[in-house]
Amino acid sequence: MYFSSYDTEGFYDEMFDGAGTPRPHARLLVETVEELSDGHLLRYKHAAERLLLQMGITFNVYGDSAGTERIFPFDLIPRIVPAVEWDHIERGLKQRVHALNAFIDDIYHDQKILRDGVIPRDIVLSAVSYRKQCHGLNPPWRVWCHVTGTDLVRDRDGVYYVLEDNLRVPSGVSYVLENREVLKTIFPAVFEGLSVRPVNDYPSHLLEMLESIAPAAPSNPSVVLLTPGIYNSAYFEHSFLAQQMGIQLVEGRDLLVDGGRVFMRTTKGLEHVDVIYRRIDDDFLDPQAFREDSVLGVPGLMAAYRSGHVALANAPGNGVADDKVIYAYVPEIIRYYEGADAILPNVPTYLCWRDSDRAYVLEHLAELVVKSANESGGYGMLVGPHSTVKQQEEFAEKIQANPRNYIAQPTLALSRVPTIVGDHFEGRHVDLRPYILCGRDIYVLPGGLTRVAMTKGSLVVNSSQGGGSKDTWVQAAAPEIQEGQQQQ
Amino acid sequence: MTTSRSKPLLSRVADAVYWMGRYTERAENVARFIGVNQNLMLDSPRGGGDQWQPIVDTTGDRAAFLKRYNIATKENVVRFLVFDAENPNSIRSCVLAARENARSVRDTISSEMWEQINTLYLLITEESRKPQPAMQPEFCHQVRMACHLFQGITHATMSHNEAWHFIRLGGMLERADKTTRMLDVKYFILLPLVTDVGTPYDDIQWAAVLKSVSGLEMYRKRFGRISPDRIVEFLLLDGEFPRAVRYCIGLADASLHSITGTRPAAFSCASEQRIGMLRSELDYAQVESILKGGLHEFFDSLETKMNTIDECILGDFFGQRPQSAGAGG
Repeated sequence: MYFSSYDTEGFYDEMFDGAGTPRPHARLLVETVEELSDGHLLRYKHAAERLLLQMGITFNVYGDSAGTERIFPFDLIPRIVPAVEWDHIERGLKQRVHALNAFIDDIYHDQKILRDGVIPRDIVLSAVSYRKQCHGLNPPWRVWCHVTGTDLVRDRDGVYYVLEDNLRVPSGVSYVLENREVLKTIFPAVFEGLSVRPVNDYPSHLLEMLESIAPAAPSNPSVVLLTPGIYNSAYFEHSFLAQQMGIQLVEGRDLLVDGGRVFMRTTKGLEHVDVIYRRIDDDFLDPQAFREDSVLGVPGLMAAYRSGHVALANAPGNGVADDKVIYAYVPEIIRYYEGADAILPNVPTYLCWRDSDRAYVLEHLAELVVKSANESGGYGMLVGPHSTVKQQEEFAEKIQANPRNYIAQPTLALSRVPTIVGDHFEGRHVDLRPYILCGRDIYVLPGGLTRVAMTKGSLVVNSSQGGGSKDTWVQAAAPEIQEGQQQQ
Repeated sequence: MTTSRSKPLLSRVADAVYWMGRYTERAENVARFIGVNQNLMLDSPRGGGDQWQPIVDTTGDRAAFLKRYNIATKENVVRFLVFDAENPNSIRSCVLAARENARSVRDTISSEMWEQINTLYLLITEESRKPQPAMQPEFCHQVRMACHLFQGITHATMSHNEAWHFIRLGGMLERADKTTRMLDVKYFILLPLVTDVGTPYDDIQWAAVLKSVSGLEMYRKRFGRISPDRIVEFLLLDGEFPRAVRYCIGLADASLHSITGTRPAAFSCASEQRIGMLRSELDYAQVESILKGGLHEFFDSLETKMNTIDECILGDFFGQRPQSAGAGG
């Protein structure tokens, strides 16, 4: 397959510049792909899909007939991030996560930022994900966001913007590791010669971070991963991470709280638990503290957490900073706590609770992307240019009924990467989700999940909406680049 | 002991791997019974008729079968035992259940084990989606080999830790159960055919019994001539043949002791006591006295004892409750 007929169609392309010339970091990849004999790439593609199915790397689609498993579509052409770009991203993400931790800690303690009027008090206290049960809690190192999966996008100008923070229970990192394994297995020739930073030490970093938050520093803390179970859409990832870290994968029914301590039921009796990497939403964590009807959680868990006998990652209540209205204030949050401007800009955001913004949004629904403040996975969203008049009217009603719950952003022309479509390449829109670990230190995984909207022209990359993924190659800094380091 | 230093095993996980072991063994046995019967039918005299019903009896599902299929034709029986999603003991249901269990403990078993059971699942589901699923012996052979491969992978890629012993415990109890049932059914079908005694057909039938458990060659080495009593002795009491009941109970007992860490020939819980009693009974039994006391009665009491062991395992390991009263859970 050749790129000769490939057209960037005026979008920012990760592999080719506006004139259709391969970008310097992509030159070797373009050459290697074009040197492959006819049919090679498609055979690789089928081999990869077969491998994923055999490995059972599947996800469940909600609302589909029960138990339906699909493989997450995977495109062989990787997305390459040059070292200088990555350096910029990494610094930006560290700054952002550091500031968000300070913000959440402040909200659940003195609320200085509210008293100083940087963010309206009402906005914070009315966030669905704000938990008054978390007031006065002191998680170790004052860290609330242990695992973050920030979504980045690039617009037509090539600038990286933060689209969402995903502080609660971000998923997808297992695909980063598995995609890399698949690509190394079936595509070794392309891989050789490019200096790509490895990602497979992520589980070690994750375990180290989890052990660093154990209460009362036992020498060998017992860490478990709490999953909702095999019918959860991310179950594969839960089992994968537990296996890679060598920790127990537990369900709510495996745990119990006794005398303010958390135990798991084993064949030899009850065993103490120190740290829980929970992949269950706040709402379902503890029926005594949150939703009473939850059968996934552990009764009494929040009380044990409050008394400091067990650590939870991510910390309950951290979703307050994930509210899409509060997201709009993150640049101010960074300025307030870090005393510096945000390295990575936000996407410009209209807040529908502001009368002037709302009037603008309602007039420009056909151009904007409207999102509800507290949903994820591509649900509860209107992509203006791709919507019908009827859908726009429905959203107009929703916005007017509950302005606090809606924001709007310009429709970005997301950057594209060549993707195999049938027997040729076409550009498809992508985003990038790097993973940030924060315990005693902050670590950013060099790479991340590049999600790709497999449908032509589509801007929705979520797996639940038919999105796929690509491997993300972060290039190691070449010595000469490191010397004269430059931004963008 | 080997298991004492590794991480504690969750009760739920122990339960799941135990059943994963049982279900893969069950699928393999059903595939084996069908394969051998298909082969046997090719050798039987014309009009040999109702030879498929006993296979259904072997799996203990006679009533469920008759309710939904009238006659035990080859097509009906194969459909019921291989592809029928409503029969909880069909190969398809067993593989599905084994896979669901494996999926819930993916972090405990090796990736290779998971991939193999998933491959077996894909094989069955692809076949059962066809309008005319395979009725050929070849398919049963594939299933059997896939199960063997799973067992081999389990042996070779997973630490022989507590969870591994639960897999083997489940597998061995299931195998002992299937050998018992098969022998029970066959013995009473084959024995009354007095006219056939000593004929080539009789030999072929008994050879088929041994083949059902891959035991013909090993039996020949041990006893030579085909004789019903010696076959009973071989399949019940042999200490070396891996599908003989005594051998299976011996390994199950050994696994249970590895799990608890109790020294051999002692017991620390009900299941260990029951399995030890059964083991010594088989260790010191003689086939002559079993036959004198009535073979069918012996099989019945064997089934009862194995069911009790299964119930005791559930109570001893799978249902941990908090020690103090009034705690959650």
